[in-house]
Amino acid sequence: MNMQQTIGRIRKNWGLYVLLLPAVVLLLLFSYKPMYGVLIAFKDYSPALGIMDSPWAGFKYFEKFFNSYQFSSTIKNTLIISFYSIATFPIPIMLALMINQMRVNRFKQVFQTVTYMPHFISTVVMVGLILILSSPSTGLIGNIFRLFGAEAPNLMGSAEWFTSVYVWTDVWQHAGWDSIIFIAALSAVDPSLYEAAKVDGASRWQRIRFIDIPMLLPTAITLLILRIGGLLGVGFEKVYLMQNNLNISSSEVIATYVYKIGMLSSQYSFSSAINLFNTIISFILLILVNQAAKKYSENSLW
Amino acid sequence: MEWLLYLFAIVMLILIVYPIYFIVIASFSDPAAVANGQMWVLPKGFTLDGYKELLNHSNIWIGYRNTLLYTVIGTIISLAINVSAAYALSRKDLVGRKSINIFFIFTMFFNGGLIPTFLTIRDFHLYDTFLVMVLPFSVAVFNIIVARTFFQSSIPGDLWEAAQLDGCGNLKYYVQIVLPLSKAILSVLALWTAVGYWNSYFNALIYLKDQDLYPLQLVLRNILITNQMQSSMGTGEAALIALRLANLMRYSVIIVSTLPIMCMYPFVQKYFNQGVMIGAVK
Repeated sequence: MNMQQTIGRIRKNWGLYVLLLPAVVLLLLFSYKPMYGVLIAFKDYSPALGIMDSPWAGFKYFEKFFNSYQFSSTIKNTLIISFYSIATFPIPIMLALMINQMRVNRFKQVFQTVTYMPHFISTVVMVGLILILSSPSTGLIGNIFRLFGAEAPNLMGSAEWFTSVYVWTDVWQHAGWDSIIFIAALSAVDPSLYEAAKVDGASRWQRIRFIDIPMLLPTAITLLILRIGGLLGVGFEKVYLMQNNLNISSSEVIATYVYKIGMLSSQYSFSSAINLFNTIISFILLILVNQAAKKYSENSLW
Repeated sequence: MEWLLYLFAIVMLILIVYPIYFIVIASFSDPAAVANGQMWVLPKGFTLDGYKELLNHSNIWIGYRNTLLYTVIGTIISLAINVSAAYALSRKDLVGRKSINIFFIFTMFFNGGLIPTFLTIRDFHLYDTFLVMVLPFSVAVFNIIVARTFFQSSIPGDLWEAAQLDGCGNLKYYVQIVLPLSKAILSVLALWTAVGYWNSYFNALIYLKDQDLYPLQLVLRNILITNQMQSSMGTGEAALIALRLANLMRYSVIIVSTLPIMCMYPFVQKYFNQGVMIGAVK
């Protein structure tokens, strides 16, 4: 295609570029421009001088982070929470398989509606809920334990419970919602496959194992890759809200540390360096996992 | 075998519903009965004190108003921007489609991070303004991908050929033909986006200082999590009563703040099968 033709085609479809313009401009201003600001991780940033004129600091802030005692603990906490969360990845898939097996339509509908519901609760309310319900003295959990004459564990007031509470309340809140995509994938199964399997005498389990699960695999792998790419990006929102002085030793993750260093104590360069380190590791992980997925299963993001 | 499946499902339903139901009945019950574990199935010592207490908190109502504004305006802006971009990207005859796609998707995996973004917002004088809550983060690449897939798979290309022969331009075609055919995806994205705006607190935490601009979630954070109410309490019996009232109000505030978003859901649920199913699966 030559230059002239290209220009002709662009001119013919100028309307499409008008439609793209707002999104492109916003991304340039608020996503791409800050990427240039990443430079401050390598500078002794001073607001008075601006990014350009602040003196270079080399890898000073990265070294500072690597040598700080928070380095190993924040990374360890981040990884533990991530891997624990990823371990619950099959739950929405199981839910979808369950829903797919339900014959009573009315029940199926109610079940889906109810399992989606908690997804609409905001993180703030969710954490408020956890705090109220898990109080050993006045909360629901405390009362249930007392009913059996046992002492309730202090879920929010100890470091050992933090990760479990974080992960399982997430499962409670989002597993139903996350199953939607798998239900969609299952609905694409050709019914004649089931018929054929039945004729061949396949049991219900065999049909799940040899038809449903292979059908879900591509979607599952794609989502898993995305999850692993975000391994170090454990969400700031919920962790930060759940944090308190009693559980801080297992709840300080990279994202909350970046926030505290940057926003609360205004060490802009240091905070950016930690953040950049985080992004780079995540990016490398994403590429590695994608490569592995490509090699072993022919599924990949790109 | 079949009954085992339903039994398991019913146990799950109870595990999901009961905590929510508990909050509802607790908000109508005597806080002492709730705290002592006397209330399990029905409200005990019916009271509306929690809701009355809510009325006295002007912060909550300012937050409510702000969140309503952010949600409505934010959703409109975000939807307009994302759906338009998605439609353009869905067209095979868009020159430079591949590069533009990469331009969008790259931002899903790489960003400047907290501080550089904060400095950018501040340089644009958006810090502590109404606009910062609705404009800078309105592009949602994930939603664009979902909508793009929807357009690709459910708007036949022949339609554009025909419209073109009738002398219809891209913009007119988009507004008059594509959008009316896309109600399913529009309503699903509207729901996602609105829920996002209604529930978000992170941007407000970072970019707002003025309490009069605080969205509901930030006000809720102060009430539910950082316990700002209890600081003004006395000691002894009075403190205990105040503590119980505070707890009661927590239950009511959860109901009042979550109800609107839960009410929206049934109205768009019917589009879910069409919308999400087509959009989500590549």
